Amino acid sequence: MNSKELINYMKSTFGEPMVEVVDLKKYFPVKGVFRTIGYVRAVDGVSFIVPKGKTLGLVGESGCGKTTTGRLILRLIEPTSGHVYFDGKDIFKLKGKKLLEFRRKAQMVFQDPYMSLDPRMTVFDIIMEPIRAHKIKVEDPQKFVVNLLYEVGLNETHLYRYPHEFSGGQRQRIAVARVLALEPEFIVLDEPTSALDVSVQAQILNMLKDLQAKRGLTYLFISHDLGVVRYMSDYIAVMYLGKIVEMGPAEEVFEKPLHPYTKMLFASMPVPDPFEAKKKPKVEVIGEPPSPINPPPGCRFHPRCQYAMDICRKKEPPLVMAEKGHFVACWLYAKK
Amino acid sequence: MRCKDPIIVVKDLYVNFYTYAGVVKAINGVSFEICRGETYCLVGETGCGKSVTSRALTRLIKSPGRIEKGEIYFYPEPGKKIDIMKLSDEEIRKIRGYDIAYIFQDPSASLDPLYTIGYHVAETMAFHGVVQSIKEGIKKAAQVLRLAKMPDPESRVRAFPHELSGGMKQRAVIGMSLANRPKLLIADEPTTALDVTIQAQIMNFLKELKEKENLTLLLITHNMGLVAEMCDTVAVMYAGEIVEEAPVEELFKNPLHPYTRGLMRAVPKHVGKNVTLESIPGTVPNLIFPPPGCRFHPRCPYRFDPCDKKRPPLIEIEKNHKVACWLYAKEGGKR
Repeated sequence: MNSKELINYMKSTFGEPMVEVVDLKKYFPVKGVFRTIGYVRAVDGVSFIVPKGKTLGLVGESGCGKTTTGRLILRLIEPTSGHVYFDGKDIFKLKGKKLLEFRRKAQMVFQDPYMSLDPRMTVFDIIMEPIRAHKIKVEDPQKFVVNLLYEVGLNETHLYRYPHEFSGGQRQRIAVARVLALEPEFIVLDEPTSALDVSVQAQILNMLKDLQAKRGLTYLFISHDLGVVRYMSDYIAVMYLGKIVEMGPAEEVFEKPLHPYTKMLFASMPVPDPFEAKKKPKVEVIGEPPSPINPPPGCRFHPRCQYAMDICRKKEPPLVMAEKGHFVACWLYAKK
Repeated sequence: MRCKDPIIVVKDLYVNFYTYAGVVKAINGVSFEICRGETYCLVGETGCGKSVTSRALTRLIKSPGRIEKGEIYFYPEPGKKIDIMKLSDEEIRKIRGYDIAYIFQDPSASLDPLYTIGYHVAETMAFHGVVQSIKEGIKKAAQVLRLAKMPDPESRVRAFPHELSGGMKQRAVIGMSLANRPKLLIADEPTTALDVTIQAQIMNFLKELKEKENLTLLLITHNMGLVAEMCDTVAVMYAGEIVEEAPVEELFKNPLHPYTRGLMRAVPKHVGKNVTLESIPGTVPNLIFPPPGCRFHPRCPYRFDPCDKKRPPLIEIEKNHKVACWLYAKEGGKR
């Protein structure tokens, strides 16, 4: 199945796309003393769609390329090759006014709210900054900001305070309010709760879900926490070393994972229940993820895979539809 | 007394940090004991004092922190009692890294980038006189690293920390802490900086090791999943106090304290998008000005009259299940 067919299959099963990613690649050069000595293949040919009004969860371990994918989709970095279509338009070809409009519609919430807010700006200035940058006219800025603060569970007493006066959870709320100021349609949430405590994490997740329902937002939710991804996502895509190895409706992937890596990942996740933990099947975790500079030939997972066959060492498995709407890149499911 | 044969007993521990902003009352009267051979967990959120408690066990609290009062007893062997608070700095250093060893969260911070992994392991052994010289220690280092399941230990002895991945660094640190065959291993968020698959490897290995070496493990974590999979007994901490202590299965089956209940409901567990997760309103209090009475009362949905005035005592409700909450205690202290 080539990437175009794949995208068409996804469209027919997942729904109309907000974002369409085709064969996206990003190689970072590794510089030696005199010349480039290699490339980190952070994202190496991924194709997927984010359906309108839904949440796609992107999971994987550190270094698998999930954050790079998120940044590419927002054109925060330029790709090595490939296309991203936002509402049908290729974002890497946008210029001038059109690009500015895309920048308004597609936003990002970052992982660490201690780094993403300027310590010298008040909450009011932080939230007004994108409005000023986009030269949008607002009748009553103060009222506008207060309304946004209410929407994220803060209030007018917070208006002229500085970030250091807030806890991690409240800072993340401010970061979300800043994003909402531009009335975006699509938000990339890059590990929005991994710097927060569990009791606060639940508050933020629930708020994000409410906002999605109210404003009809489309999310790309990037996380390594499988419990959180399951709670947030309609569809999930599992990445390993720059490739998507499995993708499908969240419940189906969690209930019936197909790829050996997904199985290993799920089995590694500790279950918060001592009775279940005892019953849980034990899956041997072999080795560590290899370096993305010199990924193994064939299937990138084969050195750690207990089902590795001959073909896995030689040829890369394509992403194929194993069941309706459930895609997997593994020779166990693909025709050789 | 919960344990017939405790390895460590802590009574009424208070730790303060003297900062410019004020006195942080980080640990506020914590008492617990760890039985020999069990895995005891301290669980709680950032700043609840779980790390400080574990460090206080060998008085590893640096200025501006100070252990205000409290008793800490260590039993290296059944019946042999050492009063940690009365030891000199010299004497405590002989226990630290020998009888009681630590693994910290960030393995890179525990390793000196200028020395090889073998040197690190050899140094801990040479300091405690297990080997006569660093040279001899380096020879034995491969053997120790093999115990920590380091892949290809012979060549790793000569490797520098930057040549290893995060998981392997943590194995090297575990190797260092195991070099002297400690009686009590304190693992302070040992896998928080690592990926889940590597976390699973290290946790499986710690479990095996515990059975093989007859080790007592004190595990400090904020991950309820790890608690469920690893621990025998759990103490839940909130704002510098132990609010509940119970055997792991009892705690998950029958959590009593409103904070424990909230914490368990707040962790997404096999729930999809159509469910709404319960959250605990508010945030962790500032410990310079902790709330009076029960420190959880501003966030508690069940708070009533005595909660904001008097601190609830930690009392045993069922066998080995202790909780500090006025819902279960009468003001006299007994139910």
